[in-house]
Amino acid sequence: MTGTRARAPRLAPPEPDLAIDAEWTCRILEGFVRSETRRSGHSRVVVGLSGGLDSTVAAYLATRALGPCSVIGLLLPYRTSSPDSLLDAERVVGALGILAEKVDITPIVDGFVRAAGRVGRVRLGNVMARARMIVLYDRSVEYGALVLGTSNKTELLLGYGTLHGDMASALNPLGDLYKAQVRALGAWLGIPRPILAKTPTADLWPHQSDEAELGVSYEQVDRLLALLVDARVSPKAAASAGFPRRLVERVLERVRRTQFKRRPPVVAKVSVRTVAWDFRYPRDWAT
Amino acid sequence: MRPVRVALAQVSPRLGDLGKNVELVLATSRSAERAGAQVVVFPELALSGYVLRDIVPEVAIATVGQGFAPLLAASRRIDIVVGFVEEAPGHRFHNAAAYLSEGRVVHVHRKIYLPNYGLFQEGRDFAPGERLRAFDTPYGRAGILICEDCWHPTTAWLLAHQGAEMLFVLSNGPTRGARPGRGITSVQVWHELLKVTAQFETAFIVYVNRVGYEDGLNFGGGSEVLDPFGRTVCALPPLDEAMTVAELDPEVLRRARTAYPLLRDDDLELVRRELERIRQTRYELPEPEESAEASAAQPSGASGARRTPRSARSRRGAAL
Repeated sequence: MTGTRARAPRLAPPEPDLAIDAEWTCRILEGFVRSETRRSGHSRVVVGLSGGLDSTVAAYLATRALGPCSVIGLLLPYRTSSPDSLLDAERVVGALGILAEKVDITPIVDGFVRAAGRVGRVRLGNVMARARMIVLYDRSVEYGALVLGTSNKTELLLGYGTLHGDMASALNPLGDLYKAQVRALGAWLGIPRPILAKTPTADLWPHQSDEAELGVSYEQVDRLLALLVDARVSPKAAASAGFPRRLVERVLERVRRTQFKRRPPVVAKVSVRTVAWDFRYPRDWAT
Repeated sequence: MRPVRVALAQVSPRLGDLGKNVELVLATSRSAERAGAQVVVFPELALSGYVLRDIVPEVAIATVGQGFAPLLAASRRIDIVVGFVEEAPGHRFHNAAAYLSEGRVVHVHRKIYLPNYGLFQEGRDFAPGERLRAFDTPYGRAGILICEDCWHPTTAWLLAHQGAEMLFVLSNGPTRGARPGRGITSVQVWHELLKVTAQFETAFIVYVNRVGYEDGLNFGGGSEVLDPFGRTVCALPPLDEAMTVAELDPEVLRRARTAYPLLRDDDLELVRRELERIRQTRYELPEPEESAEASAAQPSGASGARRTPRSARSRRGAAL
């Protein structure tokens, strides 16, 4: 013994792990889209194309899964939507060779405002998201298709989406991938570079930015969520890993407060067998 | 054991459709037979699918009833190992697997360790098995483990000490994504576990995992055969439906057990003594002398251990 007290090695702070193997992840997701579409008796999907990263990656996956003739991209601009968004969406349609249709939602949204009265910016954004949902679900019947979801895991966990709007879909291949992972998948899939690099936006009003609205960068919140949710690291340990305490608290509170968006509506139990409680069947029942 | 050609049937059953899955097993068994196999192994719950919940009683079959008749008929041409929902006497539903040969049910294994954590909730829907037995097949002594069973190393060890030289591991292992350099992580994790298990028990392992999707879960496949040295004899790819036939060579078993006589050297008496001591500590049982009388009055058996904590509590209660 040397007499000097050996200092116990400090444990390294937990490290978030967001790395994915894009090729295998892509194979799992392609198979998912194929299986869920076909087992429900469908052969096609409709997907709302915003020109952004998520809907582009969803469209690329669906095209690989079902072929270009079985994917219908719907371009759904509002009069204030950025013209660049529409150009990027058209670029995706051209690159994939999928079917596409443009439906201007301006008369729907403005008609709503005329009938129901003026609403503020956020409520108008919700109306736009739900107008798009109406068109997607309507066209899905016409095409005998399922509505493909595009919400990523970051959005789902933060509740950053419109209930019954952009959060509505029949199947969602991106819901277990954080924004950074969707981008990694997009890079591997070879989506157009400008889409890969653009600033994430819901484009519900001019110059809207996800990160400005959330008050945190995707880069940071993805890493924090990967620690808190995937690695089950305690908030205290997350703070010790370099995340500001206030941010950790704010994110946790947001996840808790938006839980209702991730669940079906609550059913009051007044019988012996209740939907979701003790009437428990898988969605893929007998398929 | 004798040389045997085993087919790995990496299939994707239809969720909750017993009739269609019986057809799938029969058709696949015919293909395996044409490929020269003498035994065909299917995944866990191949006759029912996995995410069953309230479907369990609807797809349950008794091994003595009509449900098994077509499979038993097929087993006259090729031995079949298949996972299914068993309705046992008393209407207990088990996640089970059967070895069928010559028109008979040779053995039924009921899954012992029903995972009830993370994405799993099997303990809600199934009764746990209470026995772990090796059995004789026309090709040698074997044992069956179902998925989570294999994550408890005592199971394979107990089968090996009953003479099992082939372990059939039937699985519905879901994937949890893919990492750079590791591919689909759950498939690799399984392969590591199976390699060590084959090495520890110096036994052949025939691992068959299903593929396909249920409610967004997806099953990884990656079925494989390992020899008693822990070397991969053959492997199927992840994710896709596939079949292959592997030959298990008794000579390799002999060489492995000669080179690594681990089972020979296991000290069963030491294990028994230590296990008894651990039981006493964990359940706060009386010392052996004290308990000798009480246990003499109680029937012992495979289910005795499960009852121990309750009887221990009642004895303590009486003392108070």
